[in-house]
Amino acid sequence: MADALLQAYGLCKSFGALRASDSIDFELLEGETHAVIGPNGAGKTTFISLLSGDLRPDAGAIRFAGEDVTSLRSPARARTGFARSFQITSIYRDFTALDNVAFAVQAHAGHSFRFWRPAREESALRDPARRMLEEVGLGARADVPAAKLAHGEQRQLEVAMALATEPRLLLLDEPVAGMGSDESQRMVEFLTRLKGRQSIILVEHDMDAVFSLADRISVLVYGRIIATGTPQEIRANADVRRAYLGEDAE
Amino acid sequence: MTFGLVFEQLLNGVQFGVMLFLMAAGLTLVFGIMNLVNLAHGSLYMVGAYLAVAATAWTGNFALGAALGLAGALLVGMVVEVVALRTLYERDHLDQVLATFGLILFFNELVAIVWGRAALYTSLPAWLQGHVELFTGSRYPVYRGLVIVVGLLVAVALWYVVTRTRIGMLVRAGASNRTMVAALGVNIRLLYTVVFGFGAALAGLAGLMAGPIYAVQPGMGELILIQVFVVIVIGGIGSIRGALVGALVVGIVDTLGRAFLKPLLGSVISPPAAEAAGPALASMLIYLLMAVVLAVRPEGLFSSRGS
Amino acid sequence: MGSRARVVFWSAAIVLLALLPPVVAALKEPFYLDLMRRVMIFAIAAISLNLILGYGGLVSFGHAAYLGIGGYAVGILAFYGVYSGWLQWPLAMGASALVALAIGAVSIRTSGIYFIMITLAFTQMLYFLGVSLEMFGGDDGMRIKTRSQFSGLVDLSDPVAFYYVVLVLMLASMYLVHRLVNSRFGMVLRAAKSNEARSRAIGFSPYLYRLAAFVIAGALCGLAGALLANHTAYITPDFMHWTRSGEIMFMVILGGIATGAGPLLGAAVLLVVESLLAGWTEHWQAILGPLLILSVIFFRRGLAGVLPGARDG
Repeated sequence: MADALLQAYGLCKSFGALRASDSIDFELLEGETHAVIGPNGAGKTTFISLLSGDLRPDAGAIRFAGEDVTSLRSPARARTGFARSFQITSIYRDFTALDNVAFAVQAHAGHSFRFWRPAREESALRDPARRMLEEVGLGARADVPAAKLAHGEQRQLEVAMALATEPRLLLLDEPVAGMGSDESQRMVEFLTRLKGRQSIILVEHDMDAVFSLADRISVLVYGRIIATGTPQEIRANADVRRAYLGEDAE
Repeated sequence: MTFGLVFEQLLNGVQFGVMLFLMAAGLTLVFGIMNLVNLAHGSLYMVGAYLAVAATAWTGNFALGAALGLAGALLVGMVVEVVALRTLYERDHLDQVLATFGLILFFNELVAIVWGRAALYTSLPAWLQGHVELFTGSRYPVYRGLVIVVGLLVAVALWYVVTRTRIGMLVRAGASNRTMVAALGVNIRLLYTVVFGFGAALAGLAGLMAGPIYAVQPGMGELILIQVFVVIVIGGIGSIRGALVGALVVGIVDTLGRAFLKPLLGSVISPPAAEAAGPALASMLIYLLMAVVLAVRPEGLFSSRGS
Repeated sequence: MGSRARVVFWSAAIVLLALLPPVVAALKEPFYLDLMRRVMIFAIAAISLNLILGYGGLVSFGHAAYLGIGGYAVGILAFYGVYSGWLQWPLAMGASALVALAIGAVSIRTSGIYFIMITLAFTQMLYFLGVSLEMFGGDDGMRIKTRSQFSGLVDLSDPVAFYYVVLVLMLASMYLVHRLVNSRFGMVLRAAKSNEARSRAIGFSPYLYRLAAFVIAGALCGLAGALLANHTAYITPDFMHWTRSGEIMFMVILGGIATGAGPLLGAAVLLVVESLLAGWTEHWQAILGPLLILSVIFFRRGLAGVLPGARDG
């Protein structure tokens, strides 16, 4: 069995009276694709944000590659190998697609206190960015401003940016949300190609996507993880069917 | 430096503080609810002061003049909101800053055209010219005492309206959820105009009360406005309580600094050096205080926003 | 559009500015030389503000502080008999950079309206400091009897020579900012303005980058202050008056935010309109104010946005 890349112990987060995360224990193995599912308002985005460092837990700890990263904020976590996509697409809308990805490459290339050389002429940034765009299928759209890309293309771009930082862990918050069936199928195919070489935590509503991608699935209901297991185990789990799948059968 | 003298200056500090509070409360309400950065808030203070002076001269009655000045500031505020500011709510802070900067230039010059550039001084009616005996044995001007009382009464009334009434609830809800309030059938445009006019009236009240104490002249609004910014930065934005505490702290620190810093320095360093450094340091004091608060708590002492 | 319009625009602009002194001499209208020199000095201030405001999104309402510090550095050194520009100008820039470091370190930790209020408040503090410096004229300021001296290399008391010095420095400032905003450093600044959450998520903490930009902008504006003190041969606390900060900010917006030529165009139009209105009525601000409001509401692209070739530096 592979080693754990990420472990969370007893993560708690409340907003006023609402317990969005209620002592969550969670483990991600190296190279694993681990999906987190749950009904609306279950606290999935809160959980992702706790992992990425955008939120601070009220209690609990997070270990990443053997180090305690609980006290690190999101930029510092990103530098240790986290990358995330947001539920609402977060890209640089006034940059071109290529500039977006090249900037992500730059983030991974040490400090940026370099004041003189035009960044858009550095092949060390542009070439890997171009390759990454090709890989996600946006090669032909490199010079289009990100704001002008279609919704699905923007989601792809965001994933490309995350990958361009060469992360050890990819956190994806509903990557196929709002996509048409063609677009979402292409995204699932792309993520399938990443399987095995990239460790991924995936929050997703689209059950077809989840069951075809995930090695393991955790079910989050009212801030608690009520079950973790392989897709088959989760399908068979009576608690899960009652709490979630039964109500939401499509 | 006797206790009586210190106490008197302390009262002066409170008096300045409540005027800062009246300004800060309007500014912080308008920002908290409409998300509007209004640099021209100081202009409304100036308008209140001028209108009160003119109305007092016209009617020959101080109280009537003050009432007319207050009504005038309210009206001018609502007109400004409808004509110029309404289009700016959806704009970014930069546009709001520049447009209201334009308003300041306009109002300062308008006042200079109507009343000239020279400072106006007003005299108080006989019933406000006296002094009261303090328990320390010294005497304190009735008028300044009145300013303190009015300011504190407004603070209490404001606290009541914002936290305990239906209008206050609408106002607070409007801050967080525009569409929800609109769905309740409340005319949000009208609500905003009224709130802005209300903030303008508070600024006008501060201005008309300032008239008999300070000089009434073009540009008077911006001098106090920047001090009000210091109040808001220290108190935390969007909070009436923060505005009150910040205003009293700034008012007292500034007043005591101007009164006692020079003699205090004189006992530590040489008198000529204190002569030079004292006033400089006194005029910088509240800004240094702001820097310290920012270093310790960047979001202010009572911010209504989370960290 | 692209590069051809850009070459045409910049060549025309540089040729026109370079030819102004002989034309003015032929027409015997020295006033225009003086006005244009003033325009270019303010353009340098606006260029420096454009770096942090236009590209960095930092709405600093206190940029006049560095005009004042640069000016006072020249004035105070001259007061003590030090006239060497080799000393005065670097000191003006260094002192401005230092003050920008102090103000920026505190204010950049905040954002939005806080940042606006804090930068304005600190500049007001420096204004009052200037007012209370009785030794250097206090409220009234002081005359600078001798302009900065450059060991015979160039004589600033010759208006034409001074004009060309300002022109060269302005073009150099534009080029500097153009390089900065297109470098890796500049990309971090622009990205943090465009989407700070995204920048943090890929590993950038914008604070130090913004602070560095703030300090560079302060130093550059300090140079403008040193030039302005030489231009007016006078230094007063009014260099740091808050309306000055507003004017510089308006130049940036009017000219076109985050554009190469915007600061120059904005400075030129604002100062020319000001001097036209001032020649017409003493109450020119009653007209300028509403003009300003109208241009904010209806003219958001700025001058450089409508002039072909002026967008890029």
